[in-house]
Amino acid sequence: MDTILKTNNLTLSFNGKKILDNLSLNFREGEIHAVVGPNGAGKSTFASIVMGLEGYRKFEGDIIFKDISIKKLGVYERAKLGITMGWQEPARFEGLKIRQFMQASTKDKKEDSIVKALSILGIDYREYSERAIDKSLSGGERKKFELASIVAMQPELVILDEPDSGIDVASLDNIFSAIKHLHSNGATVILITHSLEVLKNAQYAYLLCSGTLLDEGKVSKIRKYFEGKCLSCAHKNIPLFSELEKNI
Amino acid sequence: MLKEEILYEAADLKNIIHDPNVARLVINKDKIISSNIIEGIEINTESIKDGVRIRLIVKEGKIIIKPVHLCFGVTAENAVQNIEINTEIKKGASISLLAHCVFPTAKDVLHKMNAKILLREKAKYSYFEKHIHSPGGGVRVIPKTKVILEKEAKFKTEFELVKGRVGLIDMDIESKCGPDSVMEMMARISGTDDDRIIIRETGYLNGNNSKGVLTSRVAVRDNAKAEIFNKLIASGNYSRGHVDCKEIIKDNGQASAVPIVEVKNATAHITHEASIGSVDKKQLETLMSRGLDEDEATELIIQGLLN
Ligand SMILES: Nc1ncnc2c1ncn2[C@@H]1O[C@H](COP(=O)(O)OP(=O)(O)O)[C@@H](O)[C@H]1O
Ligand SMILES: [Mg+2]
Repeated sequence: MDTILKTNNLTLSFNGKKILDNLSLNFREGEIHAVVGPNGAGKSTFASIVMGLEGYRKFEGDIIFKDISIKKLGVYERAKLGITMGWQEPARFEGLKIRQFMQASTKDKKEDSIVKALSILGIDYREYSERAIDKSLSGGERKKFELASIVAMQPELVILDEPDSGIDVASLDNIFSAIKHLHSNGATVILITHSLEVLKNAQYAYLLCSGTLLDEGKVSKIRKYFEGKCLSCAHKNIPLFSELEKNI
Repeated sequence: MLKEEILYEAADLKNIIHDPNVARLVINKDKIISSNIIEGIEINTESIKDGVRIRLIVKEGKIIIKPVHLCFGVTAENAVQNIEINTEIKKGASISLLAHCVFPTAKDVLHKMNAKILLREKAKYSYFEKHIHSPGGGVRVIPKTKVILEKEAKFKTEFELVKGRVGLIDMDIESKCGPDSVMEMMARISGTDDDRIIIRETGYLNGNNSKGVLTSRVAVRDNAKAEIFNKLIASGNYSRGHVDCKEIIKDNGQASAVPIVEVKNATAHITHEASIGSVDKKQLETLMSRGLDEDEATELIIQGLLN
């Protein structure tokens, strides 16, 4: 399969500290990938760089989407190419109604598409359309609306930063249905996670530690790290792998 | 179109204008052009220089179910309009007012309003003021309101600019809250061009267990300027207050917030939050990552804030 996204030697430092160090990853079109690693490994930073968020535009290396460099493009321009992301902690919008938020995100602007996207997440549109995406929603609910807005956008490439965070066990299946839906509609999905449950949805995985690539391969191989069988690693935050285990 | 019709249309009055169960008072500059008074309400009017003095009473214990419509309009391009309105809601009575201030073709219109509102024990009063201005911003709106809430009274007011440009809005509203009373004051305004917005909201939580919330939501774009003065003083036992001010600035917009909170009683409590600045980055980037450009995303966020 063709590569849709490639990062070439991504290196990013904050205050002299390397957050990403020579990171070269390859994402094949139409596959579900996972990027795993302990807290502080640089996973969210990686997502922010690919999306082109403010503060993450100065780095070394390059990002190639469908054979062109997107390094100089802003968030909007990247979205227009079909790239989007779900935040680890989704934004709160005071007063903005779910109807308005969904309409803005929906590719064909049809109400049917909004209703359908929300139903994949187990949400009844009529019940929520006039509510605001603000602090009156729980973190898990906002996470679901964010994912629904991504489904409605019909992206080509989507990075989901910890899609299960704040989600209760009962709603986890809704999240996984949405991931499957995106995949079966041809989207390339990158799941950022430190949860084995989420990792299981992927076909291929990258393991990061201290901003470098430690290992990659099929999920059956990478999941071994969650069983405490990690490779010896020269990186200073290797002890954090114990946290990974706690999360299983 | 007749002058009345311009007002009826702008103020959404077309459907209610023939409804005998809905009380209304429609004024164009200094003339009453339509009114309907219903059981439980007394409305007296008299002419004053460039305007009308109104006395509104809701009789004791009367619950006015359908919102009473007020419309203060000026269909002329240049005019001064003075409105004085004294309201008394008697014990246990309740009313909700929907006031439209309509200046659709204004080039130089000065609308001054002086309101006194007395809420007797257990009275309930809610007032929604919606403004429809001309697109050119040739309007100066200067309302001053004083409210007294007696024991267990409830007061709620909302101000919103629905259409057109602000021009100048310089509003000043003060309320004195008796025991167990509840007061909420909210203003939502968006300024563009060289609009000027001044909001002064003051609440005295004098009564024991009185509660008050002052909320303002303002967006300023282009060269517009906003100044918000929120003042809340709590002296009643266990009185509770909250000041919440959010201002979004874009382009060369300027905004200031001067919150004053004073607590004069150890059992009282006031909280206060204010934020002034450009649109939240995460909100902006979220919408942009769904394919909205920066202007569209900013507009939507501002629309939400003013919702
Ligand atoms: N904007 C920033 N400024 C300074 N340090 C940052 C910034 N963003 C991330 N970091 C640091 O980079 C490291 C990686 O963070 P992050 O990418 O959030 O990790 P992960 O998502 O894998 O838990 C952390 O040490 C974090 O403190
Ligand atoms: Mg993270």
